[in-house]
Amino acid sequence: MPETVLETQGLTMQFGGVLAVAQVDFRMDARELRCLIGPNGAGKSTFFKCITGLLPPTEGQIFMRGQETTRWPSHHVASLGVGTKTQVPSVMDGLSVFENIWLAARRFLPPRAATRKADETITRLALGPVARSSPGRLAHGERQHVELGMVMAGDPWLVLLDEPAAGMTGGDVERLTEIVEEFARTAAVVVVEHDMQFIRSIARTVTVFHRGAVLLEGHVDAVLADPAVRSVYLGQAA
Amino acid sequence: MRDAGWGRELTGTLVVAACAVGVLPMLVSTYTLTVLIIYGMLGLSLGLVWGFGGILCFGQAAFFGLGAYTYAIAAINFGESTVPMLLAVAVPAGFAAVLGAMLFYGRLTDVYLGVITLVVTLILHRFMNATAGSEYVIGNARLGGFNGIPGFQTLNVPGDPSAYVWGESFYYFSAVCLLLAYLLVSAVLRSSFGRIAVGIRENETRAALMGYDVPARKTVMFAAGAAIAGLAGALFANWAEIVTPRLFSLSQSADIIIWCIVGGLGTRIGPVLGAAGLSYLKFLLGQQDLLHNSVVSGAILVLFVLFLPGGIAPVLANAWRLVTRRRPRSRYRRPRGPRSSLASGDA
Amino acid sequence: MDLVLVIVVEVLYAIGALVLISAGLAVIFGMMRVINLAHGEFMMLGGYATITAVDLGVNVFLAMLVLAPAVVGVLGLAVERLVIRHLYGRLIDTMLATWGLSLLFIGIVTMLFGNTTTGISTPIPGFALGDYQVNGYNFFIVLVAAVLLLLMLAVLRSTRSGLIARGTMQHSHMAASLGYNPDRIYMLTFACGSALSGLAGAVLAPLVGLVPTSGGAYIAKAFITVIAGGPALIAGLASSAGVFGLINQIFSFAVSPVVGEVALLVAAVILLRLLPRGITDRLFRESL
Repeated sequence: MPETVLETQGLTMQFGGVLAVAQVDFRMDARELRCLIGPNGAGKSTFFKCITGLLPPTEGQIFMRGQETTRWPSHHVASLGVGTKTQVPSVMDGLSVFENIWLAARRFLPPRAATRKADETITRLALGPVARSSPGRLAHGERQHVELGMVMAGDPWLVLLDEPAAGMTGGDVERLTEIVEEFARTAAVVVVEHDMQFIRSIARTVTVFHRGAVLLEGHVDAVLADPAVRSVYLGQAA
Repeated sequence: MRDAGWGRELTGTLVVAACAVGVLPMLVSTYTLTVLIIYGMLGLSLGLVWGFGGILCFGQAAFFGLGAYTYAIAAINFGESTVPMLLAVAVPAGFAAVLGAMLFYGRLTDVYLGVITLVVTLILHRFMNATAGSEYVIGNARLGGFNGIPGFQTLNVPGDPSAYVWGESFYYFSAVCLLLAYLLVSAVLRSSFGRIAVGIRENETRAALMGYDVPARKTVMFAAGAAIAGLAGALFANWAEIVTPRLFSLSQSADIIIWCIVGGLGTRIGPVLGAAGLSYLKFLLGQQDLLHNSVVSGAILVLFVLFLPGGIAPVLANAWRLVTRRRPRSRYRRPRGPRSSLASGDA
Repeated sequence: MDLVLVIVVEVLYAIGALVLISAGLAVIFGMMRVINLAHGEFMMLGGYATITAVDLGVNVFLAMLVLAPAVVGVLGLAVERLVIRHLYGRLIDTMLATWGLSLLFIGIVTMLFGNTTTGISTPIPGFALGDYQVNGYNFFIVLVAAVLLLLMLAVLRSTRSGLIARGTMQHSHMAASLGYNPDRIYMLTFACGSALSGLAGAVLAPLVGLVPTSGGAYIAKAFITVIAGGPALIAGLASSAGVFGLINQIFSFAVSPVVGEVALLVAAVILLRLLPRGITDRLFRESL
């Protein structure tokens, strides 16, 4: 039986009177690739932020590889080997692409090894031509790649990606699909996403969020064919 | 992270510094130069904390004053200067570590940080002004309220309290201190710690998500800046031979900020030159009555924020590059392609 | 019994003074998110405007309540047009630029009036309360502060311009699409805030010896009152002025006025550490 790397029990997040995440029980295994979908305001991103330590949950518990990490500060969670890409691209504009990735590698490696690691990551992501420029000058899709490079450089065993395909063009999404597949070879990957095309291309198991709770969980084809899921999305569209 | 340039930079810095220290006394009296050096060090301290650490401290004067008072009080009690000099570095650093931990672990943002550091400076200013009474004594030292503390032991050769270091030799001593502080700052910024600090300045959330303990690192940075400011304070106490609450004043804090802005934030030499240059300007202006000092510093600050927010150092650096280097500048530039037009389309 | 009354009057006075000191800043920072570090100097200028007018033979109340706010309001208008307007959205640059302005004003006033203390006598005589002498002018301060709070509440809540201003501060694009020019509204809001600062400086002028650097004494108090107040403009102003005024006076009576000041500042640092978003972030959330 594969090891459980991420588990939440009764995770709840309340903002004033609004219940953004309500009693979510969630678990996933090592090297699993899981997509979280759901309409806007379903609580996916809040759930995501609770796991990464960016938001302290109101109630419930989070376990990573059996260790409780509830309300840990995000740097503590990251130090375990959890790589996170936030919804809004979060890079260091005042530094070069190389330095951005080097800093991510340096957290876990001594300086020389970090330099090697950064060079390697840059080659893997084909960021070579822009390695010396600031991410601030790059196109949106490329910025996303830089951030993915920062996640990759830390060699995480749990990868959390919040809307990685947002604002990407067709070619970029293809590259992204490859990167996500590559992550999934060595790590458990959670992807929060809106883009159904992208979900279909990568997903195996999908968890559907609706009004802060898990509506359904299962294989991507079964889930997308489910009438309840359809009505949630159509209701959203209407 | 890449050490190739370090040796060359070290040599360059030493040569330039030696020339400056040797030549400047022919133009300006060493007495004036000494205080310019001290202010340069104070500028450097905020330049490190603000320009590289991204910590907006409106109360750097607090650490400067604390260093000066610590030196004065300790010098009276010990009757020599070595331990007081060390204390003058340690006490502000310790104070900053406690204050910084309180602020950074509370996740206070820029504006609140600015306001709180300002308020802390004001508290010290008020308090020191109110210590005229004879009950305010630390060991043998009376705090003296508005009049400050005069008549303490000034710098001496370690182990020999009667061998004073003053005049010319104090000038050289201060210059060496500044040089060492500058080299130390350079080394720190080249180290991983420095790179990470800059990363934190650029994006705190990202740094935390990489696994770096942001509050702890900011606290260390804050304390390091306070240590340098404390050293500058101790040197100032030796130079002025008196410490007064004016060291904690708002205008002192404002001056330090103006030096950094004018010199150039995010550069090492900018705040040092800004401090020395503007203080010299102030010294010259002090000799005439037509224009009040505040008018000049105020106008400079407003004009720089509006028209040259990057300060002078980057401008000088660019000019220098144009003069010295004729190589094609595109070496580190991305060639212009269809992607960059896409980027501008996004904006 | 008399002592209790005296203390109550003093506490009320301290609260009223804090409200006055902070009102202009509350409008400028609370509504526009502009950190005006020249706020203290605006007050100082209000004081000088009053003194100059009184010296020229103008009635003291007319000078305080009408002339000084008008002069400083016009000055604020100029400052907004020349400097602030270029820096909207750049919080730190605004702080720095207004700090520069504050130095500039100090310098100019020093050149015009000299670095000496000036003042005017309080226009309302004191009276005895039992064994204690009470400053009658304190009642005037409390009165002005109370009227000011009510007036601000009424303007923001019930008048058209108040509503437009609040709307613009929250969604300037929305206001613009409704046909209101945000640029103009920002300008007028800044001018109003400046006028309030001028009023405060004028009303407090008879109580302090005025020097060009007087503003420095106000700025910290004003900031901590506004910031500690939190998001609700008027409830925040009233509640934090209440807390700080009380603490200030308790320590002033128990120990000394200087300790009172220090206690106020220390309390502010602690309060901000505990409630970084201010009192009204937790309490009175729905009020204005």
